[in-house]
Amino acid sequence: MKEVLLVKTGELALKGLNRGTFEEVLIKNIKRALLGLGSVEIIKAQSTIYIEPPAENFDFSQAENLISKVFGIAAFSRAAAVSKDINTILETACVYLAPILKTAKTFKVESKRADKTFGLTSPEISARSGEAILAEFPHLRVDVNEPERRVTIEIRERLAYIYEGKIPGAGGLPVGTGGYAAVLISGGIDSPVAAWMMAKRGIKLMAVHFASPPYTGERAEMKVRALLTRVGEYAGQIKLFIVPFTEIQEQIAKNCPEDLATVLGRRFMMKAAARLARREGAAALITGESAGQVASQTLQALVCTDDAAGLPVLRPLIGMDKEEIIRIARKIDTFDISVLPYEDCCSVFTPKHPRTRPKLEKVLEAEKKIDGEALLVKALAFTKIEN
Amino acid sequence: MFSELIINRRECRLTVYLDNSATTRVCPEAAETVTRALTSEFGNPSSLHSLGTRAYVRLEAARRSLAASAGAKPEEMVFTSGGTEANNLVIFGAAGSHASKKHFVTSAGEHHSVLEAFKRLEHLGAEVTILPLSSDGTVDLTGFPNALKENTALISVMAVNNETGAVNNTEQIYKTILAHYHGKKRPFFHTDGVQALTKIPLSLAFADMITLSAHKIHGPKGSGALAVKKGCQLSPMFFGGGQERNLRPGTENLPGILGFAAALEACPPYPEQPRFFKYLYDYTCSLLSGFPFVKINSAGGVYSILNFSVLGIKSETMLHFLAKKDIFVSSGSACSKGKKSHVLAAMHLPENVIDSALRVSFSRENKPEDIDVLCAALQEGYEHIYRKGKL
Repeated sequence: MKEVLLVKTGELALKGLNRGTFEEVLIKNIKRALLGLGSVEIIKAQSTIYIEPPAENFDFSQAENLISKVFGIAAFSRAAAVSKDINTILETACVYLAPILKTAKTFKVESKRADKTFGLTSPEISARSGEAILAEFPHLRVDVNEPERRVTIEIRERLAYIYEGKIPGAGGLPVGTGGYAAVLISGGIDSPVAAWMMAKRGIKLMAVHFASPPYTGERAEMKVRALLTRVGEYAGQIKLFIVPFTEIQEQIAKNCPEDLATVLGRRFMMKAAARLARREGAAALITGESAGQVASQTLQALVCTDDAAGLPVLRPLIGMDKEEIIRIARKIDTFDISVLPYEDCCSVFTPKHPRTRPKLEKVLEAEKKIDGEALLVKALAFTKIEN
Repeated sequence: MFSELIINRRECRLTVYLDNSATTRVCPEAAETVTRALTSEFGNPSSLHSLGTRAYVRLEAARRSLAASAGAKPEEMVFTSGGTEANNLVIFGAAGSHASKKHFVTSAGEHHSVLEAFKRLEHLGAEVTILPLSSDGTVDLTGFPNALKENTALISVMAVNNETGAVNNTEQIYKTILAHYHGKKRPFFHTDGVQALTKIPLSLAFADMITLSAHKIHGPKGSGALAVKKGCQLSPMFFGGGQERNLRPGTENLPGILGFAAALEACPPYPEQPRFFKYLYDYTCSLLSGFPFVKINSAGGVYSILNFSVLGIKSETMLHFLAKKDIFVSSGSACSKGKKSHVLAAMHLPENVIDSALRVSFSRENKPEDIDVLCAALQEGYEHIYRKGKL
């Protein structure tokens, strides 16, 4: 008997003619996620993807952990794969599932027969399996409505698969099927969550971070890398661009009205990120902004920053409370990194009383006080790129 | 007195290391001793064969020299993994299994390994009195006698503050305790001597327990000791093979302990070193006094630590600016998002002073030229870094 992982794709089934492409991308993502565990064989059939491990000592629990972070998977199960002989199937079901059936009280057998040449019908397979299990585990009771354990037997083209239950997957769409976008990442709680949410919708990510030495230090950059590693467990490889931002912030602080410093700084971040995004072929920007959370995230301030972007700005957290954002940050394991207390590019030049309802005309006028174009070109020329 | 200079290999630039209260470079004598204990003389002091016996003999020799540094008898020394463990052993050891019935006294300026341990005791139901600090950073002892109670089990006050260098009058505290309880059962007095070792004299004549650490005096990290006066009963935190009089069982960290002793022996004899620190301290202060934007927060004390604020520039910003020039200092752990220095806050310093605090701390490897480099960089940083309302 060998074991495999059965992966059920969810929403993919809805995608009509695109389904083939979606599945191809998903398979590629699964392969990449499992790269460290040896070369797995992946076969697709109907709405199921079969992951066959290469060797005997395959680390299934690690594989399950990695698979649970691949977007585009609705659920997955660890299953026994045996030859399509009814006696072998019955025997294997009793042995393979013994640990869970021993401690259960009720169960049900569900059968699927994809191979219509198989001698028994689905109800017949279920009935025979149920009998065999009851004979082996007399303490069990069949409950077709609310069983504690759902034993599934699938008869496929080559083999029969036996498993119990389903582990929920990460949901969403395979990363890479939804285009490419640039996330602005500061090191706080919100931006990694925003990045994760857009990756969940199939968007491949690049990241732009603004560093302001000496106002910010090496640790702030290390923090961003650590955050991207965590998000990358879901979103795959994320190219990181580190833009030196000190001069722009100093020039704004020196020459522009103090109460507009934050919104002006954010405009330049948008401009820089948009240029990098265009250069990389990314179609949109992603930020962790949530309406009204701070002065720079009021609707009026967002109007001013949007104006500078020149690309669509995706803000998946816009309607969320801090508590809801933190809940996701904890789930994807970025929270503990985000709360490390280093100065970041947003915290240093914060004015005492930032304008909460900046007017675009006023902001544009203030922006004219510095040579923004020259500063941007210089910052982009000194941008560090990390893969 | 000075060993080789620290050089930044990449750029062949001199590194100015002024963060010796965080940790120090291991001196060659200690490094050599540690290597020997790791590779050739690696025996377990408890083993009965000759390799083990030689280890035992060395361990006891180290115990003698470390005991001398704390004015203790060799049998009064307990080796630990460092200052934090020693402080925890004192506090939880004194609390024993009836923490909730006991009272403890400490100060607002203590190290986190003391304050957090007491916080834990409070959580377990104990009563903890925290003495305030005076504006010079020392513990304000005016209310101290009134703080003592019948059920007081332990008083813990550090000998030297790690952020300001303020020296507490531990002798007065000890005498106050003796006088207050006069013949009755009295609480123990513990002092955290981590920043005091080799800087001021330490002695069990004026304390019941003293915490020591190796890596602040050019010894290896992960090695510390607690001097415990005979007759002071502590309940251990660990249980095992009976080492260190059952107070801290576990195979002795021989490389660490021997390295600690070697580092201590390599220190210039007292008071040569404090005199040198006072020279550096006074020299730094004289240069800083030329900067109207600098406020000095330390008030002398141990002279190896100098805390000051560059008004208008956040600690972390100046720290990074200096680090770019290979000048390493410490922020007073002030940070917009993180914790403010609890020590400077307890000294009632204004917010802007706390936010911009820096700590420089000397070792015998520093030279007056280091201070010249530091002050030139501070001046440059002050001119170039953006400040609120200026530039």
